[in-house]
Amino acid sequence: MALLEVAGLHVKYGNIEVLHGVDLRVNEGEIVTILGANGAGKSTTLLTLSGLVKPSGGSIAFGGRPIDKLPAHVIVKLGIAQVPEGRRIFNTLTVQENMNLGAFVSKDYEQVKKTQDWIYALLPVLSERRQQLGGTLSGGEQQMLAIGRALMSRPKILLLDEPSLGLAPLLVKTIFQTLREINTTGVTIVLVEQNARAALKLAHRAYVMELGNIVLEGPSPELMANSEVQAAYLGTGSQ
Amino acid sequence: MEQFFQQLTNGLAVGGIYALIALGYTMVYGVLKLINFAHADLFTLGAYLGLTLLTSMALTNHLGPLWGTLLLALMVMGLIALVGALLDRVAYRPLRASPRLSAVVSALGASIFLQNTIMLVYGARFQVYPQNILPKAAIELGGLSIPVVRLMVLATSVIMMAALYLFIQKTKIGTAIRAAAIDQGAARLMGIDVNRVILMVFLVGPSLGGLAGLMVGLYYGQINFTMGWNYGLKAFTAAILGGIGNIPGAMVGGLLLGIIEAMGAAYLSMAWKDAIAFCVLIMILIVRPTGLLGERVAEKV
Ligand SMILES: Nc1ncnc2c1ncn2[C@@H]1O[C@H](COP(=O)(O)OP(=O)(O)OP(=O)(O)O)[C@@H](O)[C@H]1O
Ligand SMILES: [Mg+2]
Repeated sequence: MALLEVAGLHVKYGNIEVLHGVDLRVNEGEIVTILGANGAGKSTTLLTLSGLVKPSGGSIAFGGRPIDKLPAHVIVKLGIAQVPEGRRIFNTLTVQENMNLGAFVSKDYEQVKKTQDWIYALLPVLSERRQQLGGTLSGGEQQMLAIGRALMSRPKILLLDEPSLGLAPLLVKTIFQTLREINTTGVTIVLVEQNARAALKLAHRAYVMELGNIVLEGPSPELMANSEVQAAYLGTGSQ
Repeated sequence: MEQFFQQLTNGLAVGGIYALIALGYTMVYGVLKLINFAHADLFTLGAYLGLTLLTSMALTNHLGPLWGTLLLALMVMGLIALVGALLDRVAYRPLRASPRLSAVVSALGASIFLQNTIMLVYGARFQVYPQNILPKAAIELGGLSIPVVRLMVLATSVIMMAALYLFIQKTKIGTAIRAAAIDQGAARLMGIDVNRVILMVFLVGPSLGGLAGLMVGLYYGQINFTMGWNYGLKAFTAAILGGIGNIPGAMVGGLLLGIIEAMGAAYLSMAWKDAIAFCVLIMILIVRPTGLLGERVAEKV
């Protein structure tokens, strides 16, 4: 049984349907990436997984349990955390307060302390800036904070929405390395990316979304070799 | 100089009352981006419930002025907190997903409803608080004779503001309230139940407003069902002055407005004290459109 099983997911904003029956499967321990052009519905998919957007049809099961009717805060408690598009750091709160909020659902303070030590070791730049306001961090640091904050709840699965957006290539490399490291500690990762090359290199499997549908899926190497993918997302097509 | 310090302490006492009410506006606005027009009527209701409890239970006779008043304050705060939570449940929560204007209309309706209910129950005439409750004495402070009541009002609002500040800054739920005020969606991604945060805001804000109503009753001695209009407007102004949505801002704004008003009345013109206060507001908003403490950190994309 897959850790996360999405079947026939439909989502509407008002009267306009933007997901038309999305199927996804994420196994425990995997890194799965979702690629797709602007407006394909990637963020909508992640927001629906987290319960911020409610589906109009289809099902989402996490560890075999249906979660599509649950409120967002319960879904976090079950072990799904998200690094949202645009990071959404609490600008006027300190880095430490942002981190504390990440652990909002945890009751075990010993455990929270341990998790925090681990994250600060993983992302030392955060540790140095604990008392600084979130809004005063650089874009890259904010991205680190968004990741660190999401990890504070010790999620089983981490959803990331375009963590490389607007960052210098070197920083992107650092972030992707960090994601790999996080994955080796047993955290399953779902990564939405425009940076298809880096995402495919990192991920075990990939889905390609177009206009609210999954149009391609498979192991990353396979997709990397796929000529359509090359043309549309890797910029190395024959044309 | 004597007059200056008299006006200063007087302004601080009145300003403290404004600040307590302003906190309710600013907390609700922070989380819901809604002006809770009914807040002023919860303040009025606090004054009336205080009077009813005071006369019917004779708390101060049984417990003495200090403990009696303290218990009275706690009861008023508790009751108004419940009314506040009920207000949210009935008037605002059903409209959470609706356009903001619907909630604004609902707020106006709730305000009218509360005000009329108070008038029907208590009558339209001024009601008088018993005058033998609080000490009449004055304290000599550095050649200045300040009424004890004034100091009590000031101390109460300062203590309540300090307590609220600690609650908001240091507790987990307080941090959650601040987070939900910044970005509700992100707060929910942290596992925060935003409905619980809103409930908390509608318990705490109204309880402070109700307490302010009781304080006005005890301090000035008479109350009326329309008193929420004037105090509500001043407190709302104070919240804007400090930067609406910003909690320390409401405190600073309230105290400052109280002082400006007192000084304006003493040195310029009693009749123009409201106009002076609003002129200062407008001038400050021209220089700092977000209010004194609003949005200090620029958004980074
Ligand atoms: N809150 C909303 N209300 C109405 N329509 C929306 C809303 N959010 C997204 N949409 C629409 O839904 C579609 C999918 O948007 P979504 O943000 O999921 O795409 P995306 O794949 O994440 O795009 P991008 O790569 O630009 O982030 C788009 O057509 C978008 O305009
Ligand atoms: Mg997106």
